[in-house]
Amino acid sequence: MPDKIKTNYNKALEAERAAEYEALNNPLHGIWTIANRELKKWYRVPLLLIMTLIQPIIWLGLFGKAANFGSLFSGASFNIPGVNIPASVLNNLGNTLLTNTFGTTSYFSFLSVGMLVFVIVFAAMFSGMSIVWDRRLGYLNKILSAPIPRGSIVVGKVLSGVVRSLAQAAIVLIVAVVLGMDTSYINPVSLLVAFAAMFLLALSLSSLFTMLALRSKDWQTQMTIMNLLNLPLIFASNALFPTKIMPSWMQTIVAINPISYAVDAGRQALLGIAGANPLWFDFLYLTVFSIIMVAVGMILSLRYLSK
Amino acid sequence: MANKNAIIEVKNLTKVFDNKVKAVDDISFNINYGEIFGFLGPNGAGKSTTINMLTTLFPPTSGTAMVCGYNISKEPMEVRKSIGTVPQDYTSDSDMTGQEYIIFCADLYGIPRNIAVPRAAELLKLVSLQDVAKNKIDSYSGGMRRRFELACGLINRPKLLFLDEPTLGLDVQTRTAVWSYITKLKKEYSMTIFLTTHYLEEVDALCDRVAIIDHGKIVKMGTPKELKAGLGGDIIEIGIKETSINISDRILKIKNVKDVKRSGGEYRIKAKNGEELAPKIIDLILKNKYHITKIFLTKPTMDEVYLEYTGKSIRNEQSDKDAQFRQLHTIRTARM
Repeated sequence: MPDKIKTNYNKALEAERAAEYEALNNPLHGIWTIANRELKKWYRVPLLLIMTLIQPIIWLGLFGKAANFGSLFSGASFNIPGVNIPASVLNNLGNTLLTNTFGTTSYFSFLSVGMLVFVIVFAAMFSGMSIVWDRRLGYLNKILSAPIPRGSIVVGKVLSGVVRSLAQAAIVLIVAVVLGMDTSYINPVSLLVAFAAMFLLALSLSSLFTMLALRSKDWQTQMTIMNLLNLPLIFASNALFPTKIMPSWMQTIVAINPISYAVDAGRQALLGIAGANPLWFDFLYLTVFSIIMVAVGMILSLRYLSK
Repeated sequence: MANKNAIIEVKNLTKVFDNKVKAVDDISFNINYGEIFGFLGPNGAGKSTTINMLTTLFPPTSGTAMVCGYNISKEPMEVRKSIGTVPQDYTSDSDMTGQEYIIFCADLYGIPRNIAVPRAAELLKLVSLQDVAKNKIDSYSGGMRRRFELACGLINRPKLLFLDEPTLGLDVQTRTAVWSYITKLKKEYSMTIFLTTHYLEEVDALCDRVAIIDHGKIVKMGTPKELKAGLGGDIIEIGIKETSINISDRILKIKNVKDVKRSGGEYRIKAKNGEELAPKIIDLILKNKYHITKIFLTKPTMDEVYLEYTGKSIRNEQSDKDAQFRQLHTIRTARM
C-alpha cells in the first residue's frame, strides 16, 4: 500500500475505532446481542416451538378436560336413592364444594394458571441447555474473547431464557382461553400482575439453570437433572391441586416451593380467587427468591467463566 | 516498555491448573509488529493454554504479558478490543446467513451498523464470499466456512490476529487458498498474525518466526531457516561403482562438508548448502574417472526440526470431553 493511502486508511481506521469504543462504554453492551442470538435460534424454528408447547397443551386439553370435577357433583350425575334431593340443590352443593376446594367452579381454569407456570418452569430449565452446546462447539470461547463483560454474557443468556418462558406462557394462556378458561377477571392489569409473578420465577430459575449448565460436565447430566426436578417440583406445588386437600407433610413442601407462590399470585390475578397468601406476600417471596438465585447464579457463573 | 517493536511481550507466563498441573511453565518471548509467528507443539504441550491466556479467556497463575500495549491481567477488555481471534472450531451459527452472523460479530464488538455493514461487505469480498453472503452458513463447504470464520475474526480491524489451526481438516487446494488469504492479510492490513498449526509445511510457507513449545516450556525459537540449519545441514547420499576405493578423505577436504560416512561404495555426506556442494562432489568423482551409481539430496524439513525438539514419543492426550468433541466437529465440518 502506498504511504499516502496508508496514512489516510489509518486515519479512517482511528475514526472508526473511536465510534466503536464509544458503544463499548455502555455497560449494557452485548446483553441484547447475546440474548437476541438465542431468541433468533428459537423463533426461527417454529416446529421446535410447537413441540415444546405440545406437552402443556396436552395437559390442558386432555388432563384438564378429563378431570371434570364439576360433573361429579351436579344434579344430573348424582343423587341419593330414596332421598329425592332437587337437582338445583345438588348443583348448588357441587358448586359450593368446588369453590371451597378450588376457589372457582371451573377446574379447567384453575389448572390453566398452573399450566402457565408449568411452562415457565420447563422453559427456564431449558435456558441453560444452549450454553452446554455453546461450550461444546467452541462458540463460548468466541464470545469470551470479544469485548463483552463476563456478567453481560450470563445476563444475556438468562434474559433470553426469561423472554422465551414468558412468550411460551402467553401462547399457552391463549390456548387455555380458546379451550374455555374463565376470562371474566382477565384485563390488562391482571395480566400484568400474573406475568410479573411469572417473570420473577423465570428469572430465578433461568439464573439457577444457566449456572448449573455452565458447570455441568455434559448435556446428559443437565438433562437428567432437569427431568429429575421438573415433575416433582410441579406435583409438590399448588399447580395441579389446591394445597388444602394435601397431607400436611406435603403442605410444608408446597409452602417452600417458589412455584406455588407464582401460581398463587397468578390465580389471584387471572381468576380472582382468594389466594393462600396475600398478593404482596407472594411477590415478596418471589422477589427474595429471585434475588438469591440471581446472585448465586451470577457469582458462580462469573467465577467459572474467569477461571 | 522494554521493546517498542513488540506487539506481544510475554514475561514468565505460568498457568497451573487445579494447583498441580503445570500447563505453561514460566515462558517468555516477544512477537514483533507485522510478523507471522508460528506456535508449534504436540497436543497438551501448552499451546492452547498460552493462547487462551493471551486472548484473555482466563488469567495466568503468575507472570504476565503485554498484548498490543495492554496488560492481559489488568486490562483484558482493552486487549479484547484490539485483537481478533479465529478459533480452531467452526463457531459460526450454521442456521444463520453469512451476512447475519458477521453483523452479529460486529455487534459483539459494539461496531455501529453504519460502519459494520460496509466493512462486512468488504471482508466478505476479501475472502471471496460476497456472492453467498445471503445463504445460510450450513450450505458452505469446509473451505468456505474457514474463510468465513477468517472474515469474522477481522470485523474489528484487529492489529493482531490469533489463528488457531486455520487449515485443520482441509484438503490441499483449500489449504493453499487459505494460505494465500493469510499472506494477503499481512500485506494489505500490515497485520501481525499469531498462528498455531500441526501442518509443518504451513509453518515453512507462512511464518517469519517459529517457537516450539513442549511440556509447558519453549524449547526452540527462530526463523524456519535457522531452525532447519540448526539441525546440522543437508544430507547428500552418493554411490560409486568402485566399491573398493575409499574417497572419504578427498570428500572431506571440500569446503562446507561436515561429515562423511562410508559403507562400501556408498557415502552419506552431511553438509551445508547441499545443492551447491553436490556438483563439486560429482566433479571430484568424474575427474578421478569413477562412476556414479546414484545420488540423493535431502534438505531438513520442519518435520525433522519438530521431531528433534519434541521427540518421537506419542503423547497421551489429556483433553476433556468438550475439547475432543470440538475437534471432531471441526474436522467433520471441514470435510463437508
